[in-house]
Amino acid sequence: MSEPKTLSEKIWDRHVVSAGTDGEGDLLYVDLHLVHEVTSPQAFDGLRISGRKVRRPDLTVATEDHNVPTADIDKPIADEISRLQVETLRRNTSEFGVVNYPMGHAKQGIVHVIGPEQGLTQPGMTIVCGDSHTATHGAFGAIAFGIGTSEVEHVLATQTLLQARPGTMAITVDGELADGVTAKDVILAIIGRIGTGGGIGKIIEYRGEVIRSLTMEGRMTVCNMSIEGGAKAGLIAPDDTTFSYLEGREKSPVGAAWESALDDWRRLPSDPEAAFDEYVTLDGNEIAAQVSWGTNPAQVMPLHGAIPTPDSFDDPAARDSAARALQYMGLVGGTPMREVPVDTVFIGSCTNSRIEDLRDAANVAAGRRVASGVRTLVVPGSGQVKEQAESEGLDKIFTAAGFDWREPGCSMCLAMNPDKLQPAERAASTSNRNFEGRQGRGGRTHLVSPAVAAATAIAGTFASPADLE
Amino acid sequence: MKAVRIVTGTALPLDRADVDTDQIIPSDWLKRVERTGFEKGLFSEWRDDRDFVLNQEQYAAANILVAGINFGTGSSREHAVWAIQQYGFEAVISPRFADIFRNNCTKNGLVPVTVSAEFNAALMRAVLEDPDLEITIDVERLTVEVPAIGLETSFPLASGTQQRFLEGLDDIGLTMRHLDEIEAYETKRPAWIPTS
Ligand code: SF4
Repeated sequence: MSEPKTLSEKIWDRHVVSAGTDGEGDLLYVDLHLVHEVTSPQAFDGLRISGRKVRRPDLTVATEDHNVPTADIDKPIADEISRLQVETLRRNTSEFGVVNYPMGHAKQGIVHVIGPEQGLTQPGMTIVCGDSHTATHGAFGAIAFGIGTSEVEHVLATQTLLQARPGTMAITVDGELADGVTAKDVILAIIGRIGTGGGIGKIIEYRGEVIRSLTMEGRMTVCNMSIEGGAKAGLIAPDDTTFSYLEGREKSPVGAAWESALDDWRRLPSDPEAAFDEYVTLDGNEIAAQVSWGTNPAQVMPLHGAIPTPDSFDDPAARDSAARALQYMGLVGGTPMREVPVDTVFIGSCTNSRIEDLRDAANVAAGRRVASGVRTLVVPGSGQVKEQAESEGLDKIFTAAGFDWREPGCSMCLAMNPDKLQPAERAASTSNRNFEGRQGRGGRTHLVSPAVAAATAIAGTFASPADLE
Repeated sequence: MKAVRIVTGTALPLDRADVDTDQIIPSDWLKRVERTGFEKGLFSEWRDDRDFVLNQEQYAAANILVAGINFGTGSSREHAVWAIQQYGFEAVISPRFADIFRNNCTKNGLVPVTVSAEFNAALMRAVLEDPDLEITIDVERLTVEVPAIGLETSFPLASGTQQRFLEGLDDIGLTMRHLDEIEAYETKRPAWIPTS
């Protein structure tokens, strides 16, 4: 019998075009390259300068997401530099023969939302994108990771990447989640445990009863934030939940091809004897609804707790970073999180903008009103999510409750479009990064789940749905 | 990319951990479609603070950035490397770099120098005390030397990456030498893998 291997090692080994020797990286084949307007213009320029073509336009898909406005999308983009960037993507994709889903197209959306929903993301694949949240696709048992613009150019030209073989890390979440605790809380708790650098150089495999019981969308939320723990990628073994999500999607195999794909996918999970470089275990029963209090995603706490004081950290670097974070966030250690008022609530981003996220939030919003003075944005992840939500009447529930229902895109997740926080404005956000200025210069971001975001919008201060009863 | 063998000069001490790429270059700067002109965006929000180390005269000539642990976390934006480089830095020293940032460095000739936490702390202290302290990073011998205070260490770089630094090689050109293997691989891919 051959060496026992982990899921990620199996996928990696299948994609080696040329093995590196002497500590060098392997040349890996890329099955799917997702492209968006922000990290690609300089890469296409590079191709033009050196007279190269896109090697496999048929394995490349582009969309417009980071810059696009979420209102008045029938008008030209008002911000000239944004408009130029979006137009540049359109020019580049048409010149190089790459499919692009433009603003307003039914299949347009956040790059990590449209891949899975079209069935482009399948188990066993290698997927890259000039975007660090590419690990989202790992939920299907694929190796998916973010790359820089030079690497985007390299993949466009060669459909391969030179990559050092990463280490492996098993994160097991056992037990059962309490009511009101979601996939977002699970991943925030994991990052709180391993820190922003804990996963550097490694691919995380998420496992255990809690992970198995998550839906595909929940699994995407978990894998999405792997990068926030520093990991190269994050993935989950494909199982019947994965297969039933995929069956019948536009790009999924059919007939005999579906059967051979299934046979193959069932062989992917880590061999029982395979060893990981590192093991981390969390008890799912202990995880509470989470809120970030600081300026990196490892600075998280339970919603029902009090904001930590810098003195509560033993490590001097952590103490220093907590003090700086509290100052930036305008918070005083010791304050109960539930007493902190918000100005804005953002429901969206590649972490939490799928249909189940919107249903969770709409459930909380139904029959209630947003607290006065709170600005709320609900931004579906894609044209298809928007359509589905509208067919279920979720848009009506949101607007009746006073939430603003928008067009798909990245929006306030990174504030490259007009959806921004003002200096010192505080937001409860379902996105993935609470870095200084991430949602607008001087803005203060607290990461939460869609249910907590919606409850916070209603209460005006951080709240769980149960607090509204 | 241009070849890099030796980087000699003085350092700027950025004594913070977890510096993410949103801080290195805020997202407003990402709308540009060019590859140059990012130096003004480097740490642009932190630069509003007059005391921020980048605004301190005594470090104005520095060409080496010494930073805390977990440098370059977060977004994959290569603009972060372009900004650091275009501002005038040729190397960054940290106990740990985020993966994508580190890869991006190697594609642009910005030397990522990973050192132990102890070495980093000693160097940080020394540079805070003496802004004119001369540091030499040797990409051929993979060493960092600070002769004035007798500090010296080695740093890791995979041999192929080191070769690309030393010779200023173009990655795509190198990969093209494997074209036969790429073509052979393509004939063996399972047919069900989707296309656009
Ligand atoms: S939603 Fe946010 S994190 Fe996701 S791809 Fe867009 S900008 Fe990046």
